[in-house]
Amino acid sequence: MKRVLSGNEAIARGAWEAGALVAAAYPGTPSTEILEELSRFPHIYCEWSTNEKVAVDVAVGAAYAGRRAIACMKHVGLNVAADSFFYASFTGAEAGLVVVSADDPAMHSSQNEQDNRRFAQFTRVPCLEPSDSQECKDFTVAAFELSEKFDTPVLLRTTTRTNHSSTPVELGERAEATPKREKFPRNPPKYVMIPAHARKRHPVVEQRLLDIAAWAEKAPINRIEWRDRAVGVVTAGIAYEYVREVLPTASVLKIGMVHPLPEQLVRTFAAGVKRLIVAEELDPVIEEHIRLLGIPCEGKSIFPLCGEFDPTVVRQAAHAAGLPVDRAPLAAANLELPELPARPPVLCAGCPHRGVFQLLSKKKVPVTGDIGCYTLGLLPPLSAIHTCGCMGAGIGVAHGAAKAGIGERMVAVIGDSTFYHTGLPALANVAYNKANVLTIILDNRITAMTGHQQNPGTGHTLQQQPTEVIELEPLVRALGIHHVATVDAYDVEGLETAYKELMAHDAPAVLVARRECALLPEIRKRWVPLEVVEEKCTGCGICFRIGCPAILKSDEVDAKSGKPLALIDGDLCTGCEVCAQLCPHDAILTRDQVRVAQEHQPASCATPTSEGN
Amino acid sequence: MSERTAFSFVLVGVGGQGTLLASNILAEVGLAAGYDVKKSEVHGMAQRGGSVASHVRWDSREVHSPLVGMGEADILLSFEKMEALRFAAFLRRGGTAVVNDQAIVPVTVSSGSSVYPGDEHLDRVFGALGATVVLVPGERLAQEAGTVKAANVVLLGAVSRLLPLPEETWWECLAQRVPKKFLELNRVAFASGRAAVHLPAQTAV
Repeated sequence: MKRVLSGNEAIARGAWEAGALVAAAYPGTPSTEILEELSRFPHIYCEWSTNEKVAVDVAVGAAYAGRRAIACMKHVGLNVAADSFFYASFTGAEAGLVVVSADDPAMHSSQNEQDNRRFAQFTRVPCLEPSDSQECKDFTVAAFELSEKFDTPVLLRTTTRTNHSSTPVELGERAEATPKREKFPRNPPKYVMIPAHARKRHPVVEQRLLDIAAWAEKAPINRIEWRDRAVGVVTAGIAYEYVREVLPTASVLKIGMVHPLPEQLVRTFAAGVKRLIVAEELDPVIEEHIRLLGIPCEGKSIFPLCGEFDPTVVRQAAHAAGLPVDRAPLAAANLELPELPARPPVLCAGCPHRGVFQLLSKKKVPVTGDIGCYTLGLLPPLSAIHTCGCMGAGIGVAHGAAKAGIGERMVAVIGDSTFYHTGLPALANVAYNKANVLTIILDNRITAMTGHQQNPGTGHTLQQQPTEVIELEPLVRALGIHHVATVDAYDVEGLETAYKELMAHDAPAVLVARRECALLPEIRKRWVPLEVVEEKCTGCGICFRIGCPAILKSDEVDAKSGKPLALIDGDLCTGCEVCAQLCPHDAILTRDQVRVAQEHQPASCATPTSEGN
Repeated sequence: MSERTAFSFVLVGVGGQGTLLASNILAEVGLAAGYDVKKSEVHGMAQRGGSVASHVRWDSREVHSPLVGMGEADILLSFEKMEALRFAAFLRRGGTAVVNDQAIVPVTVSSGSSVYPGDEHLDRVFGALGATVVLVPGERLAQEAGTVKAANVVLLGAVSRLLPLPEETWWECLAQRVPKKFLELNRVAFASGRAAVHLPAQTAV
């Protein structure tokens, strides 16, 4: 049976069909849906781990215990997990161990662009790279087999375009899982990486790589497609699809295992074509290897190193290099577009982070940010974030600036899930080394950015089991931080009062700004759109300056100032009341006032609220 | 070998408008009609009220690239008027832009000094491409069907009118995606979108 599956759904399907029994991940675009999908299958344990390093350790432990296991993350997650990935390469395991790295060329949702095929070279681990959803499934199964055949972790490297493209996939049955073991292995020379043991493992790892390379020469995962021999293209992953589209007559060496490369196969292919081209997104990983073999080839001299390929980019580059393209690139149409207002992603209407950023913007303090929806606090009109590097970085950066003696008081903001991920050790450092940093934990009770995943603060696991809530305040106090306050993130005045109190102490302080994400299904049911009283609104514009997408400029203008009045979009407004609290003219009705006003109106036609699709 | 037929779609809008569901259904319809299909979209940060785009391709032969090239889309389906302009360059010469008659004002307009472009640009820009613009009152028709949330189904109905497939193929794929109790509502929404296109069938292709 064929079904259209996204690359992520297909990887999940592959892991399930391969009989994997343990899966661990931390959410991160473009990898998140792998575990969400896998968690719906029967007979497999799936978890959101607290971070990617923990997820890899969990998968390693399961594989040591003799069960197939998979850990999934976005590219930068593998940076967090690198330490674990390296030792796992040295130890191998007792059953298949697969790590998925979903790279994000073009940084659709990431802080940097990196090519994690480099991690495969760095750790001496084989790396498979699929081109479509069918291969996402097949390569996941192959990765488990390869892992067991050669006693190595296997890196399955994808890119956003394969993760989030959907193509037809032939579904298969689930393989029988390896039988449960009663005893954990006692094999210190293999699993206890003290120097004496690790020194013996290193040559084993190097030999393993040679063995895999020899296997790769004959493995069907790499294949030559002979067509016209004037041009031959070595390619992998999504780039293969663009090459087939744009250079339909060219011979192709399709690399399914990008590390280690099948050197003899490359030599055979190179010898069979007049002009050898390498088409790969991001780094010249394959190109460099081919050059090391002493084979002349062209790659990054033709195709861009930065950003993502698409048919237009590949066709233009190939055409300019004189390659046999299907047709010349289209001349760009001169559409004489008017100036189009940018539509950047924004903090949603009702976002509980808005009140905090309104306060920080007003206070004009330096704010070190972190990774999550709240990074959007950097955008105008709030413009309240001044650094954002990676998960958990903000608190440490604030601490460092404070220790450098900067003349301003540093504020760090971090979301609940990010705090559990890597914020906790950084806050322990602030407490231990005594910096007067104010850390604001933006606790919206969910991992929101990636689409509402559970985390240690929500009381539920990925597979919807009730569990302990790791309460933030006792946790923070246990670190030795004495100045701790919790405020409803919608309470504008309460936030400012708590902020002032905490800033009065020259010591580490934590403000927990708590309110559920307004988009959670149970919260949506409680939305009450607010209304503007036109007679009171003066068009002063204060409510426009909190960047709420539900607050629009009305066509009506104030008679005195000539400025447009405020208008609230009833479809978007959740009724958080932050704007109503800030309005100096009481021109925005609160939820209670809206309800009263509606009771006094004649019954109008009821608006259906049920979901249509 | 039979003659090759292929269709490329670019669906654009604002995060949260339901473009992903519409592109899922479009891919399934293509598969059900016997085409090879690929679909591509963007998740994550871009969804927070930002501009979003999905690509769908149908081909009677193998589809390679999941992305549609610039100037290669047969149909640009825009859930929002300004986004139709932003992504206009994807449409091929002589293609069709199906545009939802809805303006979602970005904060760069409401809290800044930017100006939302007037409707006259739609005709001018797509006219320059020799393209047809079909303006569909998606929200109004969906509201009449029962809920404004069915606007994406109205728009799919409009697109269906431009393609050489039996209405049943569309409806069967839709019915699988829609909760049972909203079947009738969605049927009305789909039919009203289909009826909103006053063109000879298959003008787009």
